[in-house]
Amino acid sequence: MPFKSIKDAISNIESKKISIRELNLEFIKKIKDNKNLNIFIYFDEKKIINQIDNLEKDNSNKKLKGIPLAIKDLFCTKDMPTTAGSKILENFNPTYESFVTQKLINDGAIFVGKTNLDEFAMGSATDTSYFGNTINPLSKKDNPLAPGGSSGGSAAAVAADLCLGATGTDTGGSIRQPASFCGVVGIKPTYGLCSRWGIAAFASSLDQAGVFTNNVEDSSILLETIAGFDQRDSTSSNVNIPNYFDNLNDDLSGMTVGIPKEYTIDGMPEEINLIWEESKKVLENKGVKIKNISLPHTKYALPTYYIIAPAEASSNLARYDGVKYGFRANGISSLDEMYEQTRGEGFGKEVKRRILIGTYVLSAGYYDAYYLKAQKVRKLIANDFKEAFKECDFIVTPTAPSAAFPLNEKKQDPIKMYLNDVFTVPASLAGLPGISIPFGKDKNNLPLGIQILGKHFDEQLVFNVALSLERSSE
Amino acid sequence: MKIDKDTINKIARLSRIKLEDKESEDYIKDLNSILDWVEQLNEVNTHNVEPLSNISSSVLPKRNDISKDSNSSEEILKNAPDKLEGFFAVPKVVE
Repeated sequence: MPFKSIKDAISNIESKKISIRELNLEFIKKIKDNKNLNIFIYFDEKKIINQIDNLEKDNSNKKLKGIPLAIKDLFCTKDMPTTAGSKILENFNPTYESFVTQKLINDGAIFVGKTNLDEFAMGSATDTSYFGNTINPLSKKDNPLAPGGSSGGSAAAVAADLCLGATGTDTGGSIRQPASFCGVVGIKPTYGLCSRWGIAAFASSLDQAGVFTNNVEDSSILLETIAGFDQRDSTSSNVNIPNYFDNLNDDLSGMTVGIPKEYTIDGMPEEINLIWEESKKVLENKGVKIKNISLPHTKYALPTYYIIAPAEASSNLARYDGVKYGFRANGISSLDEMYEQTRGEGFGKEVKRRILIGTYVLSAGYYDAYYLKAQKVRKLIANDFKEAFKECDFIVTPTAPSAAFPLNEKKQDPIKMYLNDVFTVPASLAGLPGISIPFGKDKNNLPLGIQILGKHFDEQLVFNVALSLERSSE
Repeated sequence: MKIDKDTINKIARLSRIKLEDKESEDYIKDLNSILDWVEQLNEVNTHNVEPLSNISSSVLPKRNDISKDSNSSEEILKNAPDKLEGFFAVPKVVE
């Protein structure tokens, strides 16, 4: 593989040391050699060659010209089918392009394919997809590991060097947790930074697009492209997007980091506390003041999330009715029966579970007790962060309570699976930006992640801290 | 137990999801354990707390009231499982 970084690939293409075609043919070969990992739902070599042909005829300067990227199959793409990992969208060919993927196309990126994910992004192991499990590329032969989820295909694609970057979406940790499991960098920006237009909706008040890369510099390059205001998403924020890459600066002297005492759980491997300690030491040596903080409602974040997210999902997924697009059950004579049979056959187990929970907590007589209560606790969780940021500039925590676990280990017990997101969900509820970077290993030599959280729209500082920690561990 | 057979049937009906008997049994178990688990929220005092429904601080922008042609009916119908003369087609609803 010639390059592991977007930055290097761009400069080598510009100086004509490698052509766009040569670069992408290497990645095509690598994708074909790694089919066993089941990373892509859609891959068609001819589609990539077409994109190369078009870029070769294009004389304009484009920031990401010829850079091979993988796209989570939750983003609608005009030239490639979009499934959301579900049977119900098995034959769906969007007639429009999502905002995020359009921005990447405008900058000259090449899409190598659409990556596997948990069905409608509901999961933490990429094991609820209709198209089968993705295998973590760091697995040993006799012990296949989960790549995390829901954006597990995208994280695995970057980790296995099948592309130089990938898009993901993060509702409760779906970028940061798989980034941690696969040993790559994954950022979920502030809610509202990237338009949700054209992303199949899961929980609209939480969903946010982001990216996976091999390093922090590349992450800053890609985020700059996909961020920006969009009229078609009513929660899109009209804020100035800094030039994250040009502004990267690992000088953090005079800053204060918050270390929340609540971010530890029973049975967490000791190495996770050790890397957390190590990150504090690194920052202290850089002149950062360490401040112990408290986010008192942390333990209520998961139950809050598992009311709000399914409630929103039950409403969003009502659109899959077998009428407008996607799968329709066969041989049925009445309309009601057609809806029920289509949705019964078209959705997988976890998606149905969440629609049922969501419908229950929104149903007459239970709305106040569950949904409204959860929205109030969500307010308290957001306030916790607001208070904490009066005392610190950013927060550092572990990303996940474990390294990658064996495939199917937690599939039987939903609550056990939900616990994976214990450190990522609070920031999602508060809409804050968070990045996970690889930082140390566990005793089985599997990567562990450190999470950096910032204030709303403070992605620049999040990148700067990430860069500083990344450089220390090189 | 919050969810029994009648409740799961009612929610499934509201959700327009056909469940097999075996599935219903599994979901009764799952939903009860999830609802027991979220019960811990009752420990939190939320008296006088405003519910948070939208985290975004952005103000809804206004736009000029100009009509735009964004989708053609052909594009909209392109993915329909069944269509007829420019419409979505569904099983007969009136006799």
